[in-house]
Amino acid sequence: MKALSVERNTRRFAAAKLMSYASTKKAVEYGPLSLVEIDPPRLPTDEWIRLRTRLAGICGSDLASLTLRTSRYFEPITAFPLTPGHEIVAEIERAEGTTRYVIEPALTCVPRGRPLCRFCSDGMSQLCESITEGTIDEGIQLGYCSSTGGGWAQEFVAHSSQLWAVPSALTDEDAVMIEPLACAIHVALQLDLTNAGSVGIIGAGTVGLTTLSVLRQLYPDLTIVIGARHAAQRNAAQRLGASHVVKPEELNRVGRRLSGAMVKGDWQSHGFDVIFDCIASADSLHDALVSVRPRGSIVLAGMPAKTTVDLAPLWHQEIHLLGSYAYGEEELNATQMQRLGVANKRVNDDQVQRVRTFEIALALMSKLHLGWMVTHTYPLDNYLEAIERASAAGRLDALKVAFDLRRSGNERKQ
Amino acid sequence: MSPRPGFSLEVDRSTPPTLMWHGDGFRLEKLPVGSRVLYPPEPLDPTKDVDGAIEFALTHPVGDSEPLDALLSPDMKLVIAFDDVSLPLPQMKAPDIRQRIIETILEHAASVGVEDVTLIAALALHRRMTETELRHAVGSRVYDSFHPRGRLLQHDAEDEANMVHLGLTEHGEDVELNRHAVEADLLVYVNINLVSMDGGHKSVATGLASYRSIKHHHNVATMVHSRSFMDMHNSELHTSNWRMGRFIKDAGVKIFQIETTLNTNTFPDSFSFLATREWEWTLRERASYLGAKKSLDLAPPWLAREIMHKVRSPYQLTGVHAGEVEEVHKKTLQNVFRQQLVHVEGQSDILTMGLPFIGPYNVNSIMNPILVYCLGLGYLFNMYLKKPLVRQGGVVIMSHPNRPEFDSSFHPSYIDFYDQVLTETTDPRIIESKYEESFARDPWYIHLYRNANAYHGVHPFYMWYWGAHALEHLGGVIIVGGDPGATRRLGFQPASTMTDAIEMATSIVGRDPSLIHLHTPPLLMAEVN
Repeated sequence: MKALSVERNTRRFAAAKLMSYASTKKAVEYGPLSLVEIDPPRLPTDEWIRLRTRLAGICGSDLASLTLRTSRYFEPITAFPLTPGHEIVAEIERAEGTTRYVIEPALTCVPRGRPLCRFCSDGMSQLCESITEGTIDEGIQLGYCSSTGGGWAQEFVAHSSQLWAVPSALTDEDAVMIEPLACAIHVALQLDLTNAGSVGIIGAGTVGLTTLSVLRQLYPDLTIVIGARHAAQRNAAQRLGASHVVKPEELNRVGRRLSGAMVKGDWQSHGFDVIFDCIASADSLHDALVSVRPRGSIVLAGMPAKTTVDLAPLWHQEIHLLGSYAYGEEELNATQMQRLGVANKRVNDDQVQRVRTFEIALALMSKLHLGWMVTHTYPLDNYLEAIERASAAGRLDALKVAFDLRRSGNERKQ
Repeated sequence: MSPRPGFSLEVDRSTPPTLMWHGDGFRLEKLPVGSRVLYPPEPLDPTKDVDGAIEFALTHPVGDSEPLDALLSPDMKLVIAFDDVSLPLPQMKAPDIRQRIIETILEHAASVGVEDVTLIAALALHRRMTETELRHAVGSRVYDSFHPRGRLLQHDAEDEANMVHLGLTEHGEDVELNRHAVEADLLVYVNINLVSMDGGHKSVATGLASYRSIKHHHNVATMVHSRSFMDMHNSELHTSNWRMGRFIKDAGVKIFQIETTLNTNTFPDSFSFLATREWEWTLRERASYLGAKKSLDLAPPWLAREIMHKVRSPYQLTGVHAGEVEEVHKKTLQNVFRQQLVHVEGQSDILTMGLPFIGPYNVNSIMNPILVYCLGLGYLFNMYLKKPLVRQGGVVIMSHPNRPEFDSSFHPSYIDFYDQVLTETTDPRIIESKYEESFARDPWYIHLYRNANAYHGVHPFYMWYWGAHALEHLGGVIIVGGDPGATRRLGFQPASTMTDAIEMATSIVGRDPSLIHLHTPPLLMAEVN
């Protein structure tokens, strides 16, 4: 089968990192990713199923991996050679017809055939203790594990517990946005914002925009300010219900104004109640730290790497910094269920119920239909162009870029 | 030879290109044949004996006021308020007329034995003046005598302890004034009247008031019903100020108003080409124009700005009157119109104007896009009596670089207004209802207004309201040579050349449009029949 494969090749990784400062396309061309003909991954156990990819998104974390801009923290828990791609809508052909599935890519205790660890048994599978064990190689998700392959290939394998059937009302484009939406749901539910005055979102890529969309559903009256640099991002943010869409460098001043804060240098007496940092770079963390109020919170939604940040504001203003990775189960009350469109669960007002994040994402996608955010799709053969566009998505009027492996050419948009 | 009156020149094939301001620089534009260019009257002959005129005004007041000396007594509390740095433009050569008047008043006060004297710069919601600016306005002798003793103050509209709420006018307008002014036995106000909007009851009712009070006339409804706000008899802005002024008088605040008018001798000899009609330029003036233009074009914006802001105007006094506010102001308006009025027959489809480097709110600072908007659509558009120079649905073409540059010390709330308000809407009514209060009450802006040199947080809103009448009246606004992004942010269209701009305007006003150019400097006021 045809697949994009990443080898553990130090020289090519070094070349990619070096070239990435000049040209993403060149970095990928000379880097560890290549289009190859390989055998499809074997089925680890009979609980695993082979699927054919329809659409596979290109995530910021994929791009960072290809140019070695990720933290080396992930190296020991990633198995090479790998096929990237964890935002996947795929299909299984059976005698009775073709069924579409969206994949929950986390490789936790259940897919690995392990007894439930302390976190998985508590509904926090994103913190699974078994990611290096079991019937498959190490790897946190499909796309980072040599045993499973990933979405950037014609085929891959997934455990039956990872499959979520796609309702017919959802397009493939809607479905490929379910994984990013699940991440955003987990981000938005990290804190109870019922009494918050205003929140800021740094970054208007897929993570920022999906976070915005979930926050808006959960809190219809919340003041949400998002920093968006490019026209496509600004338009999308407005469509998704941002209260204010501003230039990224303006976010801090908006937070100051909304909170009526005093300023002296980087010190600000008040600010946003919460900042969602959907970039997680040194600059964005700095902006978050100087824009959030004392005792406010910063939710790190983007994938960070090794970085240098002045933590003085964090210490001086007793700011909370918390990460948000992937998804697992969420505790929802009746209002949240209603607002997120989870209609099939019944709870009283004063109760909460645990629901899988992916289940919430499927329900919410039926309400939001975010397929319009998939602005560009490419065949695998054009992977250099695809990755180049995804790397400069905002500047090139793109939001989500995906590989299109559907057999019908007329389903493809460019 | 007496100064020649203003007139309307019809452009023909032999008419030389017309000089226009373009921010810190100039442009010569060839206007279409048939266009009319409005030239103001030449500078009026100045008062020969300025000190004598001041003395005469103080001893021969108009209206029902007694002479100044009769109003002074040894144990009284005397407060002298004076116009701030927003007047005149550019700052006049020393000695400033305020200094000469204040020194004369102080001599009178000293001769009577008045000891309790306080000077107050009537800032309203403008920025605090710097020491240099204060010294320039009142003179170093007065500054050094009063400032160290805490007797030279700058009005602080946010100092609640030093504001007195006098009550409500019959229209329910709050009248809240500076405590020093209210508690004075005599409040002497020293004004400079550069345009007909200034002076009268507006001096005290606005200059020494609070936001709570000022917002009753500095709002969209008032401004769209001020046609124009340079014509006090048709200006809702003035009607409200006059109500407040009479209320202040009835409340017992005794005001002795001194108003001055200046001629339009605006620039020194090195810039004489600015005041000379183009076809009368001498060889020396042509050379000065070329030299100045080249130098300013080549200079980086900050340097060009610095050069131009260093210019001190050789303004000369054309009148000084003192006494009862309304009677004084009538005399003042006569003088202003004598200097500035030009009769114009009929409106045009297009009005063109070159915008200079300076307006009332960027003295020693940057003319940011909001001030460009205000200078064009607020001030210059409103320089009319009877009817605007441009017809309903017509187009204004302004020439200015309109760079998105801001002075973060003087105009901090302008930056947020530009980035956070104008990105959402340019509709004055929405802006007023949705954002004004939060900017006006913002503690950081208040802190900077009170302790640094920042305009009040609400000030950019007033700039926007100043243009509200023009926005309603016009079919479009084009800025020639303006930064495209900043121009679009204001809701206007950018054009590279005047020819392009006129071509673009035809899509709004139709083919073969009529065009009037408002020639500045100096300032002129059009009476449009």
